[in-house]
Amino acid sequence: MQRLSAESVTLGYDQRVIAKDLSVEIPDRSFTVIVGPNACGKSTLLRALSRMLKPSEGRVLLDGQAIHSLPAKKVARTLGLLPQSSIAPDGITVGDLVARGRYPHQGLLRQWSPEDERIVQESMEATGVGGLGERYVDELSGGQRQRVWIAMALAQQTPLLLLDEPTTFLDIQHQIEVLDLCAQLHEEQGRTLVAVLHDLNQAARYASHLVAMRDGEVVAEGAPASVVTAELVERVFGVRCQVIPDPETGTPLVVPAAPRRSLVG
Amino acid sequence: MLVDSPPQPRDGTTSAPPAPTAKRRTLRAAGLFASVGVLALVAVASIAVGAKPMPLGDVWHGLFHSSGTANDVLIHDVRVPRTLLGLLVGAALGLAGAVMQALTRNPLAEPGILGVNAGAAAAVVSAISFLGVNSLTGYVWFAFLGAGLVSAAVYLLGGSRAATPVRLALAGTAASAALYGYINAVQLTDSAALNQLRFWQVGSLAAADMATVAKVAPFILVGVVVALLLARPLNAMAMGDDTARALGARLTRTRVLSMVVITLLCGAATAACGPIVFIGLMVPHLVRAITGPDLRWILPYAAVLSPVLLLGSDVVGRVVTRPAELQVGIVTALIGGPVFICLVRRRRMAQL
Ligand SMILES: Nc1ncnc2c1ncn2[C@@H]1O[C@H](COP(=O)(O)OP(=O)(O)OP(=O)(O)O)[C@@H](O)[C@H]1O
Ligand SMILES: [Mg+2]
Repeated sequence: MQRLSAESVTLGYDQRVIAKDLSVEIPDRSFTVIVGPNACGKSTLLRALSRMLKPSEGRVLLDGQAIHSLPAKKVARTLGLLPQSSIAPDGITVGDLVARGRYPHQGLLRQWSPEDERIVQESMEATGVGGLGERYVDELSGGQRQRVWIAMALAQQTPLLLLDEPTTFLDIQHQIEVLDLCAQLHEEQGRTLVAVLHDLNQAARYASHLVAMRDGEVVAEGAPASVVTAELVERVFGVRCQVIPDPETGTPLVVPAAPRRSLVG
Repeated sequence: MLVDSPPQPRDGTTSAPPAPTAKRRTLRAAGLFASVGVLALVAVASIAVGAKPMPLGDVWHGLFHSSGTANDVLIHDVRVPRTLLGLLVGAALGLAGAVMQALTRNPLAEPGILGVNAGAAAAVVSAISFLGVNSLTGYVWFAFLGAGLVSAAVYLLGGSRAATPVRLALAGTAASAALYGYINAVQLTDSAALNQLRFWQVGSLAAADMATVAKVAPFILVGVVVALLLARPLNAMAMGDDTARALGARLTRTRVLSMVVITLLCGAATAACGPIVFIGLMVPHLVRAITGPDLRWILPYAAVLSPVLLLGSDVVGRVVTRPAELQVGIVTALIGGPVFICLVRRRRMAQL
């Protein structure tokens, strides 16, 4: 029994059904990466797994209980989510924003403590924004801002962490930094990570478990080496390609086919 | 816990360097303390200064050794209740404005935008015109009812569970427009009521008495306490609905409680002295310039500084046109207007 799973859920907004009878299990202590074309329902699935969106049928189980029946703060101490977009309150400093990640650990009787302070500092250092504490969030670059949001999610200190496109807006150096950070959280701290990524090669490199989606369905899942094949990439993304071993890591490397002359000319 | 968190030695040698964050917190606490001091001074001024000049000795006598002289009666029956009401109404308006702005993520939110004022006013107008209610304590209940009904209606119109800042603000504006149309229509057809209403509509503390104070105090006190408790969930909601939910904030409950708080505070304040809109709009902006976007500081500051402005304006109104008085609603607008324009022109004020 895994800690987090979706049992034949039907997901949608208002009347529009995005995914029907979808079942996904997130292996414990895995770094699960979800890939798929735009609008295939990746964010929708992530929202359902994190209690943002209530399935109209089926249920999401967290530690054996229906996630929607659990108290909000209890869920938030177990499972964190970095949504695809968030709003930084105007005029907030980096330190204050990251500190807000401590919300589920606080209450009327448990206010701010040195322990919280330490965790906030550690989270900022882990994402490389330790020196930015006094800066205003709205004056940062997109990449710095993304790392601040990840720091906030880290400060939540949840054993499960869901990230929706954590590398969007980042240059290649920062993409790798963020993914290395995720890998480190996964390997050294034993956290379960679920991330939506668009770069198949990065997904294949970093994921321990890969889920490929299309039109609200899971098309394939498993170890990257078995999932990422030329047939699958063509089936999911409609792109012809070759898959060769990554010269650095031996993981699958997707090389899209060169455009045919007739299409270009 | 899966996360490595080695126990920290307690001597503090390895703790993070005392960040300016700690210093800022101390500064803010000191500032709040100073604000309370200023409020105390203004409250004293409000008791001591009036349209009728009075030596300080008489003020002291009236407060602590009252023996029924004309000045004692003036202190007891007029200035003390007026000051108390100013404190309550000021705190209520400032907090309501701050909660509204946080709830709607709309920097221009004010008792008018969510329709609360209009609801209270429409109920009072109806009560005066159709039911013949003419006592201030009678207004309270109607204003409260009106504010409550309109808050609920605005919340439903705004999409209830799916409410977004924009939808809430739109629903409130629409409700206000309709209700003010109704108020104007009633006033035009009922000139007797018009006279009574004109005074109330500007906003004035002049008619304060202990009965009014006693009637609105419980509502305002409950509203103040609940508002302060909402600071943290409202902080979470400032980062967008998904992030707030991910942090474990309960959005629907926070929204409903915020509406209840706004109704309590605005309904009671509006009933007691008519709509004094400007404070609820301006003070939260002023405060945000001091504290930044953290509602745990904004709310207490607003609760303390709003009565400073309200009582200060009231005192000014009593002396500038002696022996006549300028209603406090007019004075706050005169003082606050330019300040507000300055604030709006500053870059950071453009958005919440
Ligand atoms: N709040 C919403 N209300 C209505 N429809 C929505 C909403 N959010 C997403 N959708 C729709 O649901 C479908 C799946 O969207 P989703 O955000 O899950 O896609 P995605 O796989 O994350 O795409 P992307 O890679 O572009 O982020 C899309 O057709 C989208 O238009
Ligand atoms: Mg998405």
